[in-house]
Amino acid sequence: MENNVAVRMQHITKAFGTKVVANKDVTLEIEKGEILALLGENGSGKTTLMNMLSGIYHPDSGEIFVDGKEVHIESPKDAYALGIGMIHQHFKLVDVFTATENVALGMDKSKAKNRNAIAKGIKEICDRYGFSVSTDRKVYNMSVSQKQTLEIVKTLYRGANILILDEPTAVLTPQETDKLFDVLRNMKADGKSIIIITHKLHEVLAISDRVSILRKGEFIGTVPTKEATVQSLTEMMVGQKVVLDIERPLIENKKKRLVVSHLSCLNKYGVRSLDDVSFDAYGGEILGVAGISGSGQKALLESIAGLQEAQDGSSVKFIDPKTGEESELVGKNVLQIKQMGVALSFVPEDRLGMGLVGSMGMTDNMMLKSYQKGVVFADRKTPKNLANQVKDELEVVTPSIQTPVRKLSGGNVQKVLVGREIAAEPSVLMAAYAVRGLDINTSYTIYRLLNEQKKKGVAVIYVGEDLDVLLALCDRIAVLCAGRLNGIVDARTTTKEEVGILMTNLRKEGE
Amino acid sequence: MAAAAVHKKEALVRIARRDSMATWKSIGIRIIAVIISLVVSGFLIYAIIKENPLKVYESMWNGAFGSTRRVWITARDTMMLLCIAVGLAPAFKMKFWNIGAEGQILVGGIATAACMIYLKSLPAWLLFLCMFVASCIAGAVWGLIPAMFKAKWNTNETLFTLMMNYVAIQLTSFFVAQWENPFGSNTVGVINQGTKEGWFPPIFGQEYLLNVIIVMALTVGMFIYLKYSKQGYEIAVIGDSQNTARYAGISVRKVFVRTMLISGAICGLSGFLAVSGASHTISTSTAGGRGFTAIIVAWLAKFNTFTMIAISVLIVFLEKGAIEIASKYNLNDYVSSMITGIILFFILGSEFFINYRLIFRSKSKEVA
Amino acid sequence: MTGFISLFQAAVVFGTVIMFGAVGEIITEKSGNLNLGVPGIMYLGGIASLAGSFMYENYTENPSTFICVVIALVCAFVAAALGGLIYSFLTITLRANQNVTGLTLTIFGSGVANFFGGSLNKLAGGVGQISVAATSSGFRAGLPLLSRIEGPIGKLFFNYGWLVYVAIVIAILAQWYLNRTRTGLNLRAVGENPATADAAGINVTAYKYFATCIGAGISGLGGMFYVMDYTKGTWANDGTIENLGWLAVALVIFTTWRPKNAIWGAYLFGILYWAYFYIAGLTRSSQEIFKMLPYVVTIIVLIMISLRKKRENQPPEALGLAYFREDR
Repeated sequence: MENNVAVRMQHITKAFGTKVVANKDVTLEIEKGEILALLGENGSGKTTLMNMLSGIYHPDSGEIFVDGKEVHIESPKDAYALGIGMIHQHFKLVDVFTATENVALGMDKSKAKNRNAIAKGIKEICDRYGFSVSTDRKVYNMSVSQKQTLEIVKTLYRGANILILDEPTAVLTPQETDKLFDVLRNMKADGKSIIIITHKLHEVLAISDRVSILRKGEFIGTVPTKEATVQSLTEMMVGQKVVLDIERPLIENKKKRLVVSHLSCLNKYGVRSLDDVSFDAYGGEILGVAGISGSGQKALLESIAGLQEAQDGSSVKFIDPKTGEESELVGKNVLQIKQMGVALSFVPEDRLGMGLVGSMGMTDNMMLKSYQKGVVFADRKTPKNLANQVKDELEVVTPSIQTPVRKLSGGNVQKVLVGREIAAEPSVLMAAYAVRGLDINTSYTIYRLLNEQKKKGVAVIYVGEDLDVLLALCDRIAVLCAGRLNGIVDARTTTKEEVGILMTNLRKEGE
Repeated sequence: MAAAAVHKKEALVRIARRDSMATWKSIGIRIIAVIISLVVSGFLIYAIIKENPLKVYESMWNGAFGSTRRVWITARDTMMLLCIAVGLAPAFKMKFWNIGAEGQILVGGIATAACMIYLKSLPAWLLFLCMFVASCIAGAVWGLIPAMFKAKWNTNETLFTLMMNYVAIQLTSFFVAQWENPFGSNTVGVINQGTKEGWFPPIFGQEYLLNVIIVMALTVGMFIYLKYSKQGYEIAVIGDSQNTARYAGISVRKVFVRTMLISGAICGLSGFLAVSGASHTISTSTAGGRGFTAIIVAWLAKFNTFTMIAISVLIVFLEKGAIEIASKYNLNDYVSSMITGIILFFILGSEFFINYRLIFRSKSKEVA
Repeated sequence: MTGFISLFQAAVVFGTVIMFGAVGEIITEKSGNLNLGVPGIMYLGGIASLAGSFMYENYTENPSTFICVVIALVCAFVAAALGGLIYSFLTITLRANQNVTGLTLTIFGSGVANFFGGSLNKLAGGVGQISVAATSSGFRAGLPLLSRIEGPIGKLFFNYGWLVYVAIVIAILAQWYLNRTRTGLNLRAVGENPATADAAGINVTAYKYFATCIGAGISGLGGMFYVMDYTKGTWANDGTIENLGWLAVALVIFTTWRPKNAIWGAYLFGILYWAYFYIAGLTRSSQEIFKMLPYVVTIIVLIMISLRKKRENQPPEALGLAYFREDR
């Protein structure tokens, strides 16, 4: 083994339960002073693998060597002692603590200092890399990128030489991403090893020295970045050549279906999550909604669906496709909207936490839409038939329609949810991050289903995060930024750059 | 170096969640837990009274089932406990921690006693109806108050209902002082002792058969309600995820309030059983901690009302048996709480082996 | 004035019982464990101290007061901490539900205490016969010098057994520990967000065990204080400790999880509890209504907390939840 190797993970296997094998015989090396990109689709086992390095999980079999010595990393504390620090996708911060307190967490007695000294140390790290952290600010008052900065500072403060970043750019603006990459390069120059988990190819090419690819839990290979191309990496990542084209039929004679005007919402802390948004949605088109995560997408969909209260002056008019009658949706709850005869289907972002009941089987989940029809007792026959139908048509893999949906894989869970929502024959279909965490084949199934709905004349609103997909799938794209609608562009003619700018630069009033 | 510090042996045991377990296996684990706990309690009893534990258990059996009369009393007390647990089931299934059964029982009992005292001139059937309705309403109101605050402001229901218990206890003390009989005794005494107005009538000569009928009807009814009704479905959805419930157009607030009305009403009804159907008096110990014990019953039964029957029988058996050995060996009856505690500890602990499996170092061996 | 002084004195003695209980429970809850076994734990502490000192006093010719006190203290703390250990093992290692386990602990603790309490009484010759005079007097000794202060000041502040002051010191120490020390910070992190604490290298399990057992031990001292000072070294199977235990749980809410608030909060509860005694013209039944006050006030505080939604006043975020690192 060479001296230059910082970490070697050898023949690592990890399974959850008896069915899900997250990593199968993976061998991986990280050198000192390099940036290694760990590339793979969602669900390919990247995070699990890294969690074993950071002590969150423990491999079922296999060995880990740090500086050539075999180690057993039983806990994050062990990982820290070995100089391994991980910045998780869901930040590991205590909300009611200040920045300094968060950095002070879990320090060894020998390294413990008073809070002023820690604050000073934070300032030094910030100065060196050009970060800024307000040491006395409570985390619950911080923005997402501030939290991430704090996470990185925390890890550096604790002397990490090997940094693992799990999808660090998912929550950042392009400008913030560039800044982050600069910092990572500085750290590399300091001799630190950095592993960046991602599924974004352009980032891999922009920042990494080498790329290791995982596919469905298996190690595919490691290549130097300069020898790699988008095409070669895609092939390694997905395993087969995939047609990147998504169908986009053009529908003539589109009819206005939803008229959203001056829609505003407050979040639970009384802050405006959606601010004076107006647009129209048409039957027979897919309207994409783009934006950095947390820009008001959730509030937008939920307020239309009747799940969130809209502020005074907001209006969402639904135009009945048959009669042309207009009806106001604001001020109505889910049940009232349903009783008005508005066929609104909604595939929420949080599938098991909102769209489905994880502990129930497919049948009972189908009932979610129809159970109100019974008098005292709920009808179970129709949902059962529907469950069988969805299972067959969308090829849901499940032991039985009674198996709790929580036990199904992510793709199958989404098929159950989308299947149910489409079976309701909607006139408006809203879907949030409908392909997040799904493999390519299932993603394409979802795109196909959305297009079918569009062809049927349904008004589809699709909130997405992958700009390439939005540009290929949608007819128009509405771009949200900090709760405001920054513009609507024609997806056929716009560019990624144009959408990117709209996502990040809030237009001033009156511009 | 730091690396050396963590260069240690792999941990001996690891824990992993089980996917599922056969029903017979999971029942088996629980039975083993009960047996182990009985052995442990047996040693404890032996240490105290130096008597063969088997003989002790034999006299426990006698205490609970030794004569027809004892069987009926055991049945009566089982029904009481079961009734409360059945009342708690819908609330707990909704993940609403109703720790307030104790208070709901007491207010139900107060309402019953009030009817017995003030309305005794009514015809028996009408008085019976009044007591039934009054106890339900009282319990329902006691459940409603925390539910409304939970629904409106998400006020912590565990702590709220807990406090409501003590408000109810003081309220009971207040009425006990009001209705004191004989004067200066600080108890209400047996209400309508001579005339038996408002007492449960014997059916087929059995004094406590009515208790059994009422509670069994509730048990079956609740089972059907939770499993097949629309409202039961709504409760199950909310118990899994409130967001999903809102998504499906279920008004979480409404269901909270409605379910707690039902839960409180049934707990209030068990106050009716306790006063009118058993002790014929009211005191601060009318609930006697059964409101808490029933939480454990409901929880262990995973809200299946039929499973609750078995657990209630077990607990009441222990109680009666312990009282028997207490009198036989000149101990006090608190030994029953002690043994109940030990057995419940073991059952609670055994759940772990149903939900998780242990993986030992080197060979991946399953331990059930 | 004398009325107020005696009300205040009653409140202080009463408050000290629940102050111990509440401060212990705050430490426990700060680790994310909602231990509803406080009444049981206080029972365990009370009976263990009584049994320990009874054995010593009965089988020794001339019991030394100092040894009596030490035995009682150690027995109370260890027995209560063992109660906490049972709870910890079930909820942390075996992941049993916290509420259910806590309630079971209360049943168990009250069973053990009343069983042995009754047996001790019998051993001593009959109901209410047990008495550990030497130990009790050791606990009821006042502070040196200060207890001699005459007049209202002395009566109000220096007329108590020394444990009253120990309770205050423990509350202040707990406040300092939670907010000013490194391990206190770690402990709060465990209760707020165990996954974060875990990722920061904090041993979540160890902290939870530690906080729950130490917290239980402190709560147990409340039971001991009740037995030794409040009832002057006797035992009655009357369920008072259980009531006080629940009041301690209420006090935790009232303090918004801050030990320093437990000091005045406990005395306020005491005043509320005894107020009926000093209000003229109450009948015996309306006195009972007055005794609701501490609980009603707690309910009001609970509602206020939920209304104001101030982040700092909320219960620890992970309170009542089990933590399992590999959960997903």
